[in-house]
Amino acid sequence: MSAEPEVIAPPRRVDYLNVRYGVKSWLLTTDHKRIAILYLISVTFFFAIGGLMAALIRLELLTPEGDIFQSEFYNRIFTTHGVMMVFFFMIPAIPSVLGNFLIPLMIGAKDLAFPRINLLSWYLYIVGALLAFYATVHGGLDTGWTFYTPYSTVYANGWVVLTGVGVFIAGFSSILTGLNFIVTIHTMRAPGMTWGRLPLFCWSMYATGIIQILGTPVIAITLLLVVAERVFHLGIFNPAQGGDPVLYQHLFWFYSHPAVYIMILPAMAVISELITAFSRKPIFGYKFIAASSMAIAGLSFLVWGHHMFVSGQSIYAGLVFSILSFLVAVPSAIKVFNWTATMYRGSVSYQTPMLYAIGFIGLFTFGGLTGLFLASMGLDIHVHDTYFIVAHFHYIMVGGTIMAYLGGLHFWWPKISGKLYPELWSRVSAWIIFIGFNLTFFPQFILGYLGMPRRYHAYPEEFQVLNVLSTAGASILGIGYVIPLVYFFWSMRYGKDASANPWGVTGLEWQTPSPPPTENFPETPIVTNEPYDYLTAAREAAVRG
Amino acid sequence: MPFLPPQASSYAGNVDALYLFLIAVTAFFSILIGALVIYFAIKYRRRSADEISEHVEESRALEIIWTVIPLGLVMVIFVWGASLYFKITRPPADAIDVYVTGKQWMWKIQHADGHREMNELHIPVGQAVRLTMASEDVIHSFYVPAFRVKRDVVPGRFSTTWFEAIRPGKYHLFCAEYCGTRHSNMIGWVYAMKPADYQAWLAGGTPGETLASAGAKLFVQQACNTCHGEQPGARGPSLSGLFGRQVHLQNGQTLIADETYIREAITNPQAKLVAGYPPIMPTFQGLVSEEGLLQLIAYVKSLSPGPSGGGAPAPAAGQSPATSSAAAPGKDVQKP
Repeated sequence: MSAEPEVIAPPRRVDYLNVRYGVKSWLLTTDHKRIAILYLISVTFFFAIGGLMAALIRLELLTPEGDIFQSEFYNRIFTTHGVMMVFFFMIPAIPSVLGNFLIPLMIGAKDLAFPRINLLSWYLYIVGALLAFYATVHGGLDTGWTFYTPYSTVYANGWVVLTGVGVFIAGFSSILTGLNFIVTIHTMRAPGMTWGRLPLFCWSMYATGIIQILGTPVIAITLLLVVAERVFHLGIFNPAQGGDPVLYQHLFWFYSHPAVYIMILPAMAVISELITAFSRKPIFGYKFIAASSMAIAGLSFLVWGHHMFVSGQSIYAGLVFSILSFLVAVPSAIKVFNWTATMYRGSVSYQTPMLYAIGFIGLFTFGGLTGLFLASMGLDIHVHDTYFIVAHFHYIMVGGTIMAYLGGLHFWWPKISGKLYPELWSRVSAWIIFIGFNLTFFPQFILGYLGMPRRYHAYPEEFQVLNVLSTAGASILGIGYVIPLVYFFWSMRYGKDASANPWGVTGLEWQTPSPPPTENFPETPIVTNEPYDYLTAAREAAVRG
Repeated sequence: MPFLPPQASSYAGNVDALYLFLIAVTAFFSILIGALVIYFAIKYRRRSADEISEHVEESRALEIIWTVIPLGLVMVIFVWGASLYFKITRPPADAIDVYVTGKQWMWKIQHADGHREMNELHIPVGQAVRLTMASEDVIHSFYVPAFRVKRDVVPGRFSTTWFEAIRPGKYHLFCAEYCGTRHSNMIGWVYAMKPADYQAWLAGGTPGETLASAGAKLFVQQACNTCHGEQPGARGPSLSGLFGRQVHLQNGQTLIADETYIREAITNPQAKLVAGYPPIMPTFQGLVSEEGLLQLIAYVKSLSPGPSGGGAPAPAAGQSPATSSAAAPGKDVQKP
């Protein structure tokens, strides 16, 4: 191979990023990769809003007295934190950013099945999110993200209706995204990409899509009923008008518990990919991991009542919800054991995405096990609505989903941006996040068991030490989140160019250039290998020389 | 720094036992997974850039093992947690009644003898206490961490729970369900007192009339007695001996008359019609306050003699509190 022709700069390769310029080329794009970027920017913005609220919460809780903000303001802060993080960050984050970008690439397709609906999804999301953001800027609301009735429909202050409508509209974004993924995975797989060869990321996204389609309409209806009662005074949930406030809780959790799995299944999707990639080994128990995703999706619809053990639900209903909640632990355990076994006799490297993946396994295992405390009816009576539950779901949501999201972002960043980020800084920030996270949320388990209720603006003095630890942790965690933001931006301009396959891993998305061209693959790939087949891949590479 | 709140109720120790067991389970599996991950990460670290891992056969046996062991374990925890739940939610027959009304942002307590308290609850040690709770506005939740007890107080219905304090002391009372602006101020204290101190507390203060006699007055005030009197040919069923008795409904069903049923019969009388009576009773929803409803229930209970009848039968107005509470402290004598 002669080096001479390289002196002349080669013609610039056309990829999805440089194919067109200008705001219009982005806002009217139907390219799944560009839409993923639109989502990336918007979910990051709403994560920042939610994170700012978290910072204010931790600041107020530094001292036992409610001395920094008024109670009313504090209540609006934690409501906004919950609404922004759950509906406008956690639910869309991994599916809409990584799922959107990767599903067509992973199955060898040119785009999603419905590219224009995909763009519509983003607009629905943005309209919903901006309505909620408008409500926040103009004073917010104080219902908590759960909108419990009759508080939300009769007594609450602020922009309940506007925020509810925002969440309602964003819900359609979620439904359409799920639908798009399911249809795409069914109909657009490249030749040879059988169901048994589907990357586990796609299996998990498929399971997520089912929940999005079946669950989201219920929260949409429920929020409309809240609006109907608040605005038109129809007696649905308000007992003074013959309504039933507990009915609201059933409807709300019928969606919102599965919604937890909308947040965690995509995280599991990412982790399954990272563990194999950085162990350079086929995933252990492919079928069991794929099946456990589907089992989790199915069971997720049957456990909502575990949020209501102290709300006056029938004891026998409680028993059924309790046993089903325990059953969810089994497929989750299967995943954890299989991920761990995948590392056995692998070729393990600890690049940044793997640090996040290992962190995820630890935090998810711990967070999941603390779920057993809450599924135990007699014990839940004590810890329900305390900081124990706050700690538990943050271990799953932040320790699980956000760790996986960041891990995935680091893993696929070279593919998304075509650039490499600084390895040292990314490792440092992964460690900072891990340490800051544990310091923030571990003390909250103890606080909760000691009896500190959640959503308390002021608290008894004996809880201060643990709250100070938690606030200290949150400060570290905040720094950990800012660093990647800085070096991702930095890498876009100054980072080294990424090769097509910088990690040396299998998967169709790594066989096309970084960043990929608009049509993803120059020609439709034909799949002949089993998934994560590193041995064959190595042999083929050897043949090619 | 303490790791557990005080164990001040009869079942607090049982709750903590399950808690400690689950901590052991959590620690075991977290350490197991953590240790394996770290061990594999070090032992099988990549030694050269183009290193390829060996082939490892999948193992059905392993998959079955790590499916069945967690399944068995969680079933054990399920049974343990459920039996604990039954213990905490089912009051013993000899419990004394205390009535609680939650309201933004205070707890109002009524004792059977007429003592009223605000954000404070005085109870004797060694005596089961059964709470019947109502809310005047939104959902609240009655939470005493030292007792490991919590129960949502839902508007439009009664919630009940119970506990037996085993250790004298002053314990936090929290509202655990977010209820609006001053949610974190909806707090108070539970005073668990030695029986003798409790008697002294009961003797002090001005208890006013007993709850049942307040209910009896309200019964007349709202003209309930015109239909639910003892006169022959009354338009409504008689209420004496009603509480805890089986009631035959017009639709052929039967139920046991408890607080929830009596409450519904007052606020929504058409919902469950008693067999043999015409549907003529108007609703009293909004006409009687939550506290008034609790008084009416106490009155109806007082018309039924028996252990769950709530003490003395139909007391005359102005009866001395010491008499009506005598049933409760009687049990305390055997305790040290």
